Amino acid sequence: MSIRVGKAAAAPAFPIAAHEALQNDQLRRNVRHATNVIRTKRALRVDEMPDWQQLRQAGSDLKQHTLAHLDHYLEQFAANCEKAGGKVHWARDADEANAIAIQLIRDHSANDPHPEVIKVKTMTSDEIQLNPALEAAGITPIETDLADMIVQLGHDEPSHIVVPALHKNRFEIRDIFRKEMNLPDLTETPEDLTAAARRYLRERFLRTRIAVSGANFAIAETGTVCVVESEGNGRMCLTLPDVLITLIGIEKVIPRFADLEVFLQTLPRSATGERMNPYNSLWTGVTPNDGPQHFHVILLDNGRTQLLANELERETLQCIRCGACLNACPVYRETSGLAYGSIYSGPIGAILSPQLQSLDHSRSLPYASTLCGACYEVCPVKINIPEVLVHLRGRIVRGDQKTLSGKLSIENIAMQTAAKIFLSRRRYEAAQRLARIGQSLFERKGQLVNLPGMAGAWTATRDLRPIPAQSFRDWWKERPASSKGAAR
Amino acid sequence: MTAREQILATIRGHLGTQASNPAASHALIPATYNRIGRLSPEARLELFLDRLTDYDSEIHVLPTSDAIPATIAQVLATTGETQLIASTAFPSAWLPSTITPILDGNLSIEEVGVAQAVVTTCESAVASTGTIILVHQGAQGRRLITLLPDHHICIVRRDQIFEHLPEALTPILPNARLPITTISGPSATSDIEMTRIRGVHGPRRLTVLIY
Amino acid sequence: MHYNTGYHAEAIPLVRNFVHTFRDAEAVCVPSASCVAMMREHYELIARNENDALLLQEVQLLLPRIFEFSELLTNHLKVTDVGATFPHTVTYHPSCHSLRMLHISEGPIKLLKQVRGLSLIDLPNKEQCCGFGGTFAVKNADVSMAMLGEKQSCIIETKAEVVTALDNSCLMQIYGGLHRSNSEVRTLHIAEILAAEGARA
Repeated sequence: MSIRVGKAAAAPAFPIAAHEALQNDQLRRNVRHATNVIRTKRALRVDEMPDWQQLRQAGSDLKQHTLAHLDHYLEQFAANCEKAGGKVHWARDADEANAIAIQLIRDHSANDPHPEVIKVKTMTSDEIQLNPALEAAGITPIETDLADMIVQLGHDEPSHIVVPALHKNRFEIRDIFRKEMNLPDLTETPEDLTAAARRYLRERFLRTRIAVSGANFAIAETGTVCVVESEGNGRMCLTLPDVLITLIGIEKVIPRFADLEVFLQTLPRSATGERMNPYNSLWTGVTPNDGPQHFHVILLDNGRTQLLANELERETLQCIRCGACLNACPVYRETSGLAYGSIYSGPIGAILSPQLQSLDHSRSLPYASTLCGACYEVCPVKINIPEVLVHLRGRIVRGDQKTLSGKLSIENIAMQTAAKIFLSRRRYEAAQRLARIGQSLFERKGQLVNLPGMAGAWTATRDLRPIPAQSFRDWWKERPASSKGAAR
Repeated sequence: MTAREQILATIRGHLGTQASNPAASHALIPATYNRIGRLSPEARLELFLDRLTDYDSEIHVLPTSDAIPATIAQVLATTGETQLIASTAFPSAWLPSTITPILDGNLSIEEVGVAQAVVTTCESAVASTGTIILVHQGAQGRRLITLLPDHHICIVRRDQIFEHLPEALTPILPNARLPITTISGPSATSDIEMTRIRGVHGPRRLTVLIY
Repeated sequence: MHYNTGYHAEAIPLVRNFVHTFRDAEAVCVPSASCVAMMREHYELIARNENDALLLQEVQLLLPRIFEFSELLTNHLKVTDVGATFPHTVTYHPSCHSLRMLHISEGPIKLLKQVRGLSLIDLPNKEQCCGFGGTFAVKNADVSMAMLGEKQSCIIETKAEVVTALDNSCLMQIYGGLHRSNSEVRTLHIAEILAAEGARA
């Protein structure tokens, strides 16, 4: 089984990657600006909704219910989709999904040794690394989301989940377009650049016969698939080609068509701070004379089923990929998602990426959080991300403690020692006395400096007051019974 | 074992014994959010107009459907558009006599691509979000015809306008398996230096006629 | 600290110890919102996971008597004026646990407003985390510092002489940055302000 989450297996640990990301002032400024804008808009749109908390609860309830009956709803979706003329394929992991996609594209490109496919942005395809697999098979994927297109034409990497071309300014984009679109007189105004992209892509939309998309929701009751978008490239890819291949993570299924009434209210407000995003496309199987006449769904597991056994871990699968947690997270704000080493970054990435890969990779991600709870506050399906983080930390620690190196790690010994000290008043007060004596070694001008070990990471950048000469308890014992409190 | 069988078996294994009646427990999920609006029809219309204005849509509120053909003609005259497309099922009485529309039943992409403007009816609308919902059949046309032209003229009947999304979805349920598109303003992107630009793909102009 | 870092087994004796130590207290005053949050969120869960019915019962009996310091004053003793005098400009940093887990927002403000001479200045972006996060502060020191930088800028922007909070963990972090950058802004736990000059016993 080759469960894969992007290139996460090769990514450096979070603290190391974060250190890198923190150096990039420009990107940090851009990310701060972008997240501020969306957060403010989100707050505005949410404040308008007197029933926001009820919608969140309903979303959470619906997702929990669905996951508790996931087999039932997946079967129902598959049956209804096929009844309507679609074909449903099941993929256990990334390799299997890619192989299915490649075979389908080849089946439908009999006369073309180097087929092209147009793509609607889907993080699921990044998760399974679909594009490199297609290219290796001689198939050219053409990204049609504006930012992904800029990145692709610029032979670059996405710098951000929400706004992948955030690192490119208008002049750089103009230069890319001038070169790749053969438009020597193109100006750098966003209006002109957008118009150029519109014309360039339109030509591709009209002639490419195969499209690949993801989906936001798969409705079991009817076999309907729903794609939520802003730019219109989704509508183009979902309507114009002859063949449509849609990649859907198994957690995207929802029971009833009417359930959309909850998610289509919470998703746009959470994701982009809009009352409603410009376009939602819904289709079921194949409709004669309207849209692709060959429709294939690839249902993807790739590690998701592993999360079902534990109820807390199962919550992770409630995610509707709105990104609100990213925008709310103070850690993400500083590191811009590059530090997470995974297509899924921010708070949801910190719990999803490691779990999909059975905690073999991305082990540092559950620790990439202060547990401040800002994510939980904004999650439209009420995933208790801090609770899942603590749970994952527990699993990681328990796993480490089974190994000799884990048992002997400085952190483990420190934690064991601290626990022993906290358990006994005698030991605690002895430790305090010892600390009062020992800290004099590290005192300079009333501050503690150059502390050894892990504590050194504190004193390298922050001052630290020494333990006071008198503890609160001692002070309380000594004060006169009727006195007022000590003034400062 | 096929992939399907294996995935389903894994799921069942992890979920353990579950209640065998998902429909029953689904029905038990409380829906305490607002499903029905409380605004009067006039207030609802005002709200809808406010949202459409936010999207820079051109709006014409008509006393009756009699004014539709003349309004369409006037709109097209202002924009100078002459190539209008409509579904063959679109009421011919509503088409202006001054132009010869392209009528779509199953035209090719190239044939539809000639159209500059498209006129359709709609299935329902949501006032609070300024959303128009099309179910692609009859006078609402195939998806293709509201996708390629640059100008979409949409005819909305007053009683199709609901305050909240749940009510607007209810009339659609019987047709849930048809292609459906919800439209809330023109397309948009903020990908270039976080500057919001309207009109990337799909019609850049939306004109709404309400009768 | 243990529980949140993942040392769940090690936390269990600590929970028992706490419950036994304070079992007979009329009220337990905890000058740390994060500790109270830990207790309210996890003590019952821990007892259940241990299948320890007796511990669960003791936890359930004790929890209603546990108060974060400001809660003890405003919610239990119904007091907002403790007779304190503290003629300084003060800004209040609501720690994440107090805000999001204990839902404390008005109480400390009311207490501070009653302090004679105290001028309360609102902290911009107050709900943003200071970057302490327990072991996060050393395991992810770089990011912790970046977050602290933003909190510090907001505090300095208020031009307040003092920044206060319900949690000494946040205050330790904030002090660490302010003092390292030679700022004159002082950090005081809310109890220290409320005990200032003329506080009744």
